[in-house]
Amino acid sequence: MVKVLIPSGALGLGYDRAALARGIAQKPDIIAIDGGSTDSGPHYLGTGSSKYSRSSTKAEWAELMAARAEAAVPLIIGTAGTCGADSAVDWLVDITREIARERGERLKLAVLKSGQGAEAMTAALEGGRISPLPAAPEISAETLRDCSNIVALAGAEQIQAALATGADIVIAGRTTDTAIISALPLARGCHAGAAWHGAKIGECGALATTSPNSGTILIEFDADGFTMTPMGDEARATPHTVSAHMLYENSDPYILYEPGGHLDVTGSVYTALDDRRVRVTGSVWVASDSYTVKLEGARRSGYQTVSLVLVRDARYVDHIEEWCADIVAKCTAKARTRIDGAFDIELRVIGQNATLGDLDTSAHKGSELGVMGIITAETEALSREVAKMLNPYLLHHPLTEQEEMPTFAFPFSPPEMPRGAVYQFCLNHVLQLEDPMQAFELTTEELGA
Amino acid sequence: MTRLVDVAQKIRSKNAGPFWLTIDIFCGDAERFERVRAGLDTQHVAALFRIPSQTLKRFDIADLNTIKLSLPRPNIQGMPADRDMHGASFANLLMEIEGF
Repeated sequence: MVKVLIPSGALGLGYDRAALARGIAQKPDIIAIDGGSTDSGPHYLGTGSSKYSRSSTKAEWAELMAARAEAAVPLIIGTAGTCGADSAVDWLVDITREIARERGERLKLAVLKSGQGAEAMTAALEGGRISPLPAAPEISAETLRDCSNIVALAGAEQIQAALATGADIVIAGRTTDTAIISALPLARGCHAGAAWHGAKIGECGALATTSPNSGTILIEFDADGFTMTPMGDEARATPHTVSAHMLYENSDPYILYEPGGHLDVTGSVYTALDDRRVRVTGSVWVASDSYTVKLEGARRSGYQTVSLVLVRDARYVDHIEEWCADIVAKCTAKARTRIDGAFDIELRVIGQNATLGDLDTSAHKGSELGVMGIITAETEALSREVAKMLNPYLLHHPLTEQEEMPTFAFPFSPPEMPRGAVYQFCLNHVLQLEDPMQAFELTTEELGA
Repeated sequence: MTRLVDVAQKIRSKNAGPFWLTIDIFCGDAERFERVRAGLDTQHVAALFRIPSQTLKRFDIADLNTIKLSLPRPNIQGMPADRDMHGASFANLLMEIEGF
């Protein structure tokens, strides 16, 4: 039997400290936590940076390192620094060295990097080893060269290699959310379907329980299935909370693709052992003929500046669409005569349909509206220039030629806010590998030595 | 007219990665599941998102009294045209469907 303790859904989200202590008392074989996802958008992979603050990350990571020392088992984090790019891994390694120094702790650290070079990726594309997944955008060698970061999602095999170094702490770049949990049970011969299914149920911590914010859960894997036990005082796992978690952020409720195969839970049986623990059996792992890892990549798509104006005049609120359309047409025409370079001006009406746009057919207005101007351009200077041309329109543009110049409310001076570079996700593909370690780099170091 | 939000227990939408959107309609019990299952027109949902209905994947999950709908994201997450980074607001389009 292998016991995996999952402190929370992600490092930086926080967890119930009493629940973590209860988990440590259960003598887990490993502590596994996720460090990121794509869910916060392309900025993080584009820049190779973390969405959580360094101080919060350090505070929580130091607590987990202390818990690890007490349990004397490995601690592993996947998708370090939100995006799992090499620079984000280095960021967490730096924090880890700092904590080890402060705690006076001697540790063996294994670092698994998932970053992919443009040259190797271009060769893979030309060699037919990169294939699109459903809804993937078209890509070319140029797309790959334009990416500021490309990462491959490691599976259980790469994590097992990292654990096999005997490391106390494993910091992994991009991995599947599940691989950090399934790796040890699979290495020790637990049921493969159960290892992946339990990993999927556990990847968000206590989200698959009645108290999602309590964070910590324990999953016990064995030869036939897995048992999920929440560590929070009030938290309960029920067949419903556990089985419903397969739906979460997953487009197919029965199938989950992983490197080397897929999980099928169509025949899974969920049994309540008591009022807080659930046992699951009957999950199936289907190995694939070839070994593929998913790729993620982000490239810079331009630079943005936003401006915000507030409109309270009832007549303008009533006619906001024509007001916006007129501003976009006039400002675009003016900017084209004065500026070289590609740019785009968009106005979104906050308080009407800024959230859903044209899909919102039942939108209605209140007494005031916000109008957000979004200028996307090929350079930072250009986006700022166009925003400065847009501002006088947002402030003073009249609905008709025959009326006094109106003035609307700018909440800030200057009204334009540069957002810097903006990035886009441009890969939804898989890369075929001869050997699981082929696209990954594993190193070890002694801390506090 | 009864809206879907009045019948279902909870309706949520989420990203399933940057390229897909997934919507879960938790009905709460078998009776409401049957009402929603029978009343929810896949073609109407596809029309709300302006996509061909064959692009919309639908799973009627009786064990969970839940209907799941998955579709390519209306705009890829984080593209300039995307308005909702986490995709959670699309659930509102479903909530307002009438006729249950």
